[in-house]
Amino acid sequence: MRRTSATRIALIYPELLGTYGDGGNAIVLAQRLRWRGLPVEVVNVAAGSPVPDSCDIYLLGGGEDAPQVLAADGIRQNRAIVRAVGSGAAVLAVCAGYQVIGATFPSGGEIHEGLNLVDIETRRSFAPPETPPPTRAVGDIVVEPDPRLGLPTLYGYENHAGRTRRLPGAGGFPLGAVRRGIGDGDSGDGGGGTDGIVDGRVIGTYLHGPVLAQNPALADLLLTWVHGQLPPLEAPQEAQVLREARRRALAAP
Amino acid sequence: MTTSFPRRFTARTQAALAVERLAAEASRRLGRGSGEMIGGKLALRVSPGALAEVGSHRRTACVSGTNGKTTTTRLLARALGTLGPVKSNSGGANMAPGVLAALSRPPFDAAAALEVDEIWLPKVAREISPRVVLLLNISRDQLDRSNETRRIASMWRELGAELKDTTVVANVDDPLVAWAAGGWHRQVWVSAGQNWTADAMVCPQCARLLHRNDSGWWSECGLARPEPIVAVTGPRELLWYGRTIPAHLDLPGRVNLGNAAMAAAAAREFGVEVEAAFAAMAGLGDVQGRYQEVVLGEQGRRGRLLLAKNPAGWVEMMELLADAPPRPVVIDFNSQTADGRDPSWIWDVPFERLAGRQVLVTGGRKEDMSVRLAYAEVPHSVHASAEDAALAANEKVVDVVANYTAFRDLLVRCSR
Ligand SMILES: [Zn+2]
Repeated sequence: MRRTSATRIALIYPELLGTYGDGGNAIVLAQRLRWRGLPVEVVNVAAGSPVPDSCDIYLLGGGEDAPQVLAADGIRQNRAIVRAVGSGAAVLAVCAGYQVIGATFPSGGEIHEGLNLVDIETRRSFAPPETPPPTRAVGDIVVEPDPRLGLPTLYGYENHAGRTRRLPGAGGFPLGAVRRGIGDGDSGDGGGGTDGIVDGRVIGTYLHGPVLAQNPALADLLLTWVHGQLPPLEAPQEAQVLREARRRALAAP
Repeated sequence: MTTSFPRRFTARTQAALAVERLAAEASRRLGRGSGEMIGGKLALRVSPGALAEVGSHRRTACVSGTNGKTTTTRLLARALGTLGPVKSNSGGANMAPGVLAALSRPPFDAAAALEVDEIWLPKVAREISPRVVLLLNISRDQLDRSNETRRIASMWRELGAELKDTTVVANVDDPLVAWAAGGWHRQVWVSAGQNWTADAMVCPQCARLLHRNDSGWWSECGLARPEPIVAVTGPRELLWYGRTIPAHLDLPGRVNLGNAAMAAAAAREFGVEVEAAFAAMAGLGDVQGRYQEVVLGEQGRRGRLLLAKNPAGWVEMMELLADAPPRPVVIDFNSQTADGRDPSWIWDVPFERLAGRQVLVTGGRKEDMSVRLAYAEVPHSVHASAEDAALAANEKVVDVVANYTAFRDLLVRCSR
């Protein structure tokens, strides 16, 4: 598949889902296309305006409680992302965005409905009610991705209170096994220790960083899904140096 | 050592102040900084009511906000200094112990300009009942602390309802600040500017999206930018109670003129004329080393030190760099606990604007900054230290933009 039209990358509600630098994921995807001589268009979908269903990659980032609920309401209303995914678009949803693409998520003491794009649910805790809820997951996170993805180790930073688990009969598979940090956390059914979900062309994860800046191979995987085979691109030398620095810094337990 | 306290202090507080003085002196002798923190902490342990006793029967102003606290406090102290002695926590210790240390030396009736941490403001202000509180801005600071911006605004709003005799000097350009100050008994509204709007997109009152245009911001619930009585209207010009006045500072940048406008408006509440306030504030050239030129390394290279510890601060620095001759820029970037461990926020900074300058990178997270600059297509080099970077620069004088711990460490190295 070779395409001549510009690849369209939608950055969804950066005012609401942009608290943790995740807008950087759009910068990374766009540059990696440009550096290959391929046309790209970044579509900033401002909060309050309708989400277009004609984009190739949809990016959702992290955000605080009230903005997360606003964002969920907005993307649920026109369901453009669901339609786009049905016709082959890819999604990268991070942290609050990851929770929002699932079935339900907690915010401000209530359970809110998500986009139902992937079969996950998020709660403050999955432990029995008498146990105190787990502490907020804040810190460096290292994930060994599922071998089917053919990706090297993923590095990032997580900052979330929620715990996430797959619903019974969920499609897809976890993004990877958590080597350091919390990720989805203890699911209460002994299936903890993973982070994120990969279901078709939808990826959800707790990794900030931004995750695509620290893990350029993941960026290229998303691009390949919507673009087909890409001309080779040596990751910027700087990214290799950063990954080596992260590897060294996070090697000690 | 002879110490005389006014009669009205309780014995417990007199003991606390003596302890504070001893601890501060010991700490200074041992070379552990100014000793404000340790002395104040011990004193509060001896007398938890000490802050109220030394702070509540004098004229005080508290300065709070995410960015610009230290500079604004310094400017305000100068303006208030035109009336008599002023106490201030000029060392930057801005929680209750630091404030107590600033107030614990005679004369005990001196006015005070106090920098107070955003989270600590309610505790400190409830104790000392300040005449004026200055609220500058609220933005994301350290991502890993999950300091929800609205939570701070809401704490401030509740505080104002309790402080019946306090005037709030508040920045109308920050919706979170304007909403917080709306709950106070008396407001002086100042347009100090806001370069960074990304953290105030949602109405703090009704959680709907805010609307913005060139003349302000408003929400469907009725919350809107208040009409300011003082405003920055040009690089050297203010609107001041119905007239336009010239305003000059030695500190660079429009952001500092905004800080000075806030300080002058607060000083007016103490009876300082604006002309006198600006005359006193003009001569301030650096604030705890910020904007100061220092020698970097053995080879006599020089660097102007600039602090940028969050996206809002970086955008201010970009504006300031654009004003000055285009020197090489050294970026010294850490992510220690005091900086926030998560460096992701650098992706919110428009580093593309540095294109065309020589950029040199150093610090504990230099690799992260280097990747950010690579994607911004800003050519740069990476160095082991700021001194090495300055030596590699094409000019003898550089601008150094550092975040909190990087700045602190630089200052220690350069003043040795
Ligand atoms: Zn509103």
